[in-house]
Amino acid sequence: MQLFFEQSLNGLQFSLTLFLLAAGLTLVFGIMDVINLAHGSLYMVGAYAGALVAQRFGSFWIALPAALIVTALVGMLLERVIMRHLYGRDHLAQVLATFGLILFFNGFVTWVAGRSPLLMDIPPQLGGYIEIIPGVPYPMYRLMIIVLGIAVALGLWWLVAATRIGMLIRASSERREIVSALGMDVTKIFALVFALGAILAGLAGVVIGPIRSVQIGMGEQVLITAFVVIVVGGIGSIRGAFIGSLLIGMCDTLGRAYAPLFFKTQFSGQVADGLGATTASFLIYLLMALVLIVRPRGLFPSGR
Amino acid sequence: MMFSPTPRKLAALAIILVLLAVPFWAAASGSNYVVTFASRIVIYAMVCVSLQSIVGQAGLVSFGHSLYFGLGGYVVALASFHLGEGIPLLGWSGSNEALVVWPLAMAVCAFAALIFGALSLRTTGVYFIMITLAFAQMVFFIFVGLKFYGGTDGLPLNARNLFAGQRIVDPVTFYGICVACLGLVMLFCWRLSRSRFGLVLRGAAASERRTLSLGFPVYAYRLAACVMAGAMGGLAGALWANLNRFVSPDMLSWLRSGEFLVIIVLGGLSSPFGPIVGAAAVLIIESVLSGWTDRWEVIFGPFIVLVALFAPNGLWGLLRSRRS
Repeated sequence: MQLFFEQSLNGLQFSLTLFLLAAGLTLVFGIMDVINLAHGSLYMVGAYAGALVAQRFGSFWIALPAALIVTALVGMLLERVIMRHLYGRDHLAQVLATFGLILFFNGFVTWVAGRSPLLMDIPPQLGGYIEIIPGVPYPMYRLMIIVLGIAVALGLWWLVAATRIGMLIRASSERREIVSALGMDVTKIFALVFALGAILAGLAGVVIGPIRSVQIGMGEQVLITAFVVIVVGGIGSIRGAFIGSLLIGMCDTLGRAYAPLFFKTQFSGQVADGLGATTASFLIYLLMALVLIVRPRGLFPSGR
Repeated sequence: MMFSPTPRKLAALAIILVLLAVPFWAAASGSNYVVTFASRIVIYAMVCVSLQSIVGQAGLVSFGHSLYFGLGGYVVALASFHLGEGIPLLGWSGSNEALVVWPLAMAVCAFAALIFGALSLRTTGVYFIMITLAFAQMVFFIFVGLKFYGGTDGLPLNARNLFAGQRIVDPVTFYGICVACLGLVMLFCWRLSRSRFGLVLRGAAASERRTLSLGFPVYAYRLAACVMAGAMGGLAGALWANLNRFVSPDMLSWLRSGEFLVIIVLGGLSSPFGPIVGAAAVLIIESVLSGWTDRWEVIFGPFIVLVALFAPNGLWGLLRSRRS
């Protein structure tokens, strides 16, 4: 039972990290109709910027804002130089261009930071454990990620549902041409949304840095998972991204915890390990395939 | 009929001549490197021709074509492994005969494409891209988890397959087989694109609704296209396993699916010669750059971006524009 609570909290923490990525991805796709495979690279850039600054200045609290600023700048540059030319192009061109960007970012970050993984320390103020559920001590840092993720989710919901900018974002995702015809500068809205997505990806990268190793290719693994999330949730919908994150995050974490245990009761050691690892990695794709077979446009299809 | 030398016809002729000249070049240079590298290009071209047959005319952007490439390779490797170890697989003792296992690889891939295609084709657009990726990832993780067959480390083949009982030792002979297979695959795809079948696929890509109302079962046509593409991709995978005498889950990796897409777009989607140009360009650029610097991705990445932004019809498309 203790294992279950602990793994559920881990699942929640993973879900909310995924949500930070998926939210940006789904907004960019929903509004601009652009598949951005390089979104995972922004996550990697955030993590590397954080880790490098933390190494230099020795403080997580300097690294956090620095990473956000770096990813925001990289995101804005990316939008200006490349993404802007991909609006309205077919998906194949977008997949290709952003695939090229992944290669570029991987090469570039290797150049700047080297091939070996970087380590980032958990800030000492959050180094302890808290018994949020009696009998289950849980790391404060991971708890902070959960709280942060919920805060961002609420903030995004408020931004999209209750502000003028949010209204414009929603309107552009439904009828881009009409918003433009009403005299709004759609290009500016696009740039803003892309920068917002970049910052969220950078935030996910920098907060995950201290609990996973910061390495080349970290973006791609999580990118595919984030894509699974938004496809399950329904592309373009923040609510879908949130529910999708919870489904996928929980399914992945609990699968990783319980599948090996289950197979250990059925088979001998090595076979069970292999089967367990496979099933755990396999589950989220299976879930996605099932969802798409039943609902080809995801759980919460957006208006378009 | 007069032969009117347009740039495209000349380029096609030049490609065929170069492919046929490689063995002589290899004999002149006295090393096997050239012919092995050329075999790699030919096999890559083959899997990309098969991918092009669904992306190009049917407009179905599959981001999981490495699935068939890897599965075809694994069929060959498993047949050889079970024969070598003397452990029957489902009552079959395995085989090392190319004329048995290569068609088997194609059949297995065709069956897989039937299942995965039937499910994927329920979705459209970006959802199709993602569900094909998801299926490829599922198969990738299955082979990563099969520790009995090496898991992540992969599975070496003891020897190349026998071809009609003969051993294929000479790399030039193997290259010849690869070129012959590529020729057949290209001919098949070319005939298919000229047939009513191809016309229906192109019509459905332009307007699914109109094609449906003309009475064509679009879903069935697309599924058939997926099955054929899967089978041809499986053949390429079987050859790749023979070329390297090694298979690993890396053949199924999503980065490889991305690479295939890069090749067909770079080469051009309109002609089966496009993927040959694309495969040659990508593999040569990769090998030159990675020999020159280990940070070759910093150059290659932006190159792909430029292709996506400025050359939507690929290198082959550049030729056509010059004629008109």
